Amino acid sequence: MQSFLKIDHVGITFDTPKGKLEILKDIKLDIAQGEVVSLIGHSGCGKSTVLNIVAGLLRASEGGVLLEEREVTEPGPDRAVVFQQHSLLPWLTVYDNVRLAVDQVFGRTKTRKERDEWTRHNLALVHMEHALERRPHEISGGMKQRVGIARALAMEPKVLLMDEPFGALDSLTRTHMQDSLMEIQARLNNTVVLITHDVDEAVLLSDRIVMMTNGPSATIGQVLDVDLLRPRDRLALAEEPTYHHYRAEVVKFLHERHDKPRLVSSNPPQQEPRALPLAANG
Amino acid sequence: MAATNLTTKTFALPWLARALDWLSGSGIDRIAGGLAHALLLPLLGIGIFLLLWSAGAAQVQTSLGQLPGPAQVWEQGQRLWAEHRAERGREAAFSERLDERYEKAVAAGRSAEDLAKIRARRYTGNPTFVDQIWTSLITVATGFLLASIIAIPIGIVCGMNAAFYAAMNPLIQIFKPVSPLAWLPLVTLIVSALYVTDDPLVSKSFLTSAITVTLCCLWPTIINTTVGVATVDKDLMNVSRVLRLGWFKQTVKIILPSAMPMIFTGMRLSLGIGWMVLIAAEMLAQNPGLGKFVWDEFQNGSSNSLARIMVAVLVIGFIGFLLDRGMLMLQRRFSWDKDAILR
Repeated sequence: MQSFLKIDHVGITFDTPKGKLEILKDIKLDIAQGEVVSLIGHSGCGKSTVLNIVAGLLRASEGGVLLEEREVTEPGPDRAVVFQQHSLLPWLTVYDNVRLAVDQVFGRTKTRKERDEWTRHNLALVHMEHALERRPHEISGGMKQRVGIARALAMEPKVLLMDEPFGALDSLTRTHMQDSLMEIQARLNNTVVLITHDVDEAVLLSDRIVMMTNGPSATIGQVLDVDLLRPRDRLALAEEPTYHHYRAEVVKFLHERHDKPRLVSSNPPQQEPRALPLAANG
Repeated sequence: MAATNLTTKTFALPWLARALDWLSGSGIDRIAGGLAHALLLPLLGIGIFLLLWSAGAAQVQTSLGQLPGPAQVWEQGQRLWAEHRAERGREAAFSERLDERYEKAVAAGRSAEDLAKIRARRYTGNPTFVDQIWTSLITVATGFLLASIIAIPIGIVCGMNAAFYAAMNPLIQIFKPVSPLAWLPLVTLIVSALYVTDDPLVSKSFLTSAITVTLCCLWPTIINTTVGVATVDKDLMNVSRVLRLGWFKQTVKIILPSAMPMIFTGMRLSLGIGWMVLIAAEMLAQNPGLGKFVWDEFQNGSSNSLARIMVAVLVIGFIGFLLDRGMLMLQRRFSWDKDAILR
């Protein structure tokens, strides 16, 4: 298997007021082009930190990440991220949110008309072509996440990084989104790294499931190859013994580490609470 | 949400707030639904206030006679308006006479110099109450705009650069609580020293009042802009990093829109302070305006003065309220966070 994305002995240590805290150590993983890999583990184990290092949003303290033999040193559109909280710009319409990314990535290589078509094309891919002029607060959570995915896909990334993309959605919407993702991935053959804490989601979507131990000093505990034929159909899989076998494997791993994970935030220096506007008199 | 809006807005003449709400695009249905609630209770409040006022005022004897009740104030309000109309009438008559003289002079073949002299004559009546209101509004607008032009860029830099903020913070904290009355003498002297021209575009007293307003308007806008810029959602900043937006694009596309609601909150607070400061500044600087009107009436000391001052007080309050609602309207227009309850 030729290495497309290589996570090479990555470790990260944060300086906290209480001293140094090692969040991750010795993460190594080779991912092939077109592969879907999911990271699963208890909350707080550092899954998001791994993803942020691959994205370039965080720098590893040890080791590094290679994408097509080149070291990742900063964030870039070749590693598009779909964030858990959609992260659409609330003041832009659905179209403009995606168009901003398209203009930024293809501003020099595509004409204005091509960029317009490409924006519409990607929104059509996630079935959002009917809501181009809506703003994020006017659409549902599932729709926002679709737009987030369209924005990421529109960058034509080499790797699509998804941080619990469906975690905030209700289960019915989540099911739809998983199906759409499988359909799009089958069509475009994207390389996907996906974080989840949903065992079914991991087995359904992935070619490989990377199970992480609890932090601090989290690392890869076990890698499970999911050898189920694609396209996968969730109803058919429910009848299939191999599916349940894989599912059981993951559950067993997670429960063997059933000691409560110590309270370590998965991405400590981020996410400050939003300050409330000062009350105006009136 | 309708219920909270009703209870919170009963303070400030809700029917007007509602009309402005409607102008700023938030729903007609709520206006109809809460009409009784929105109209009756405030009217009841105003009614009780008027009763207490007239009963209380009758008990107080001042050196200028009895404290006026609502009826006298209303009467003086009408008189001020009538005086304004009369003054306008005299001005119109004056310019008519001037035109006649000018035409006669042209017919008589007088020299161009004489003609210009006639044209140059200006009406020199006293400014009326309404004129004073306009002067005050223009002064506060000038001071407020000047403050916003200075404060917003400073706030943006403070929010983006922690070192700059650390340097600015003590200055902001020290100058913020300074009263306009303390600034005024300094500003007066500095304006007198630096603003020396033969043909002044604006009067010195106007400049003094406007700059004093500016000095007091700066701080809420700086502070709120700083907070708005510094607390841009980290996820949005990460989006910007993934897209590799440049410094300028990041500021224009992400940081400024994100901080816009806070910037408007700051500007609204500033305008409220500016209006209060202005009245005090006008009293002391003797700049024409509502403040000077109040001071002149106080010095005048006629039997009507107290009632006329009370008219001014009510007008000052009402204009302050309208300015605040106007800013709120703008704030709603420019706010992307439609879930935030602005009031």
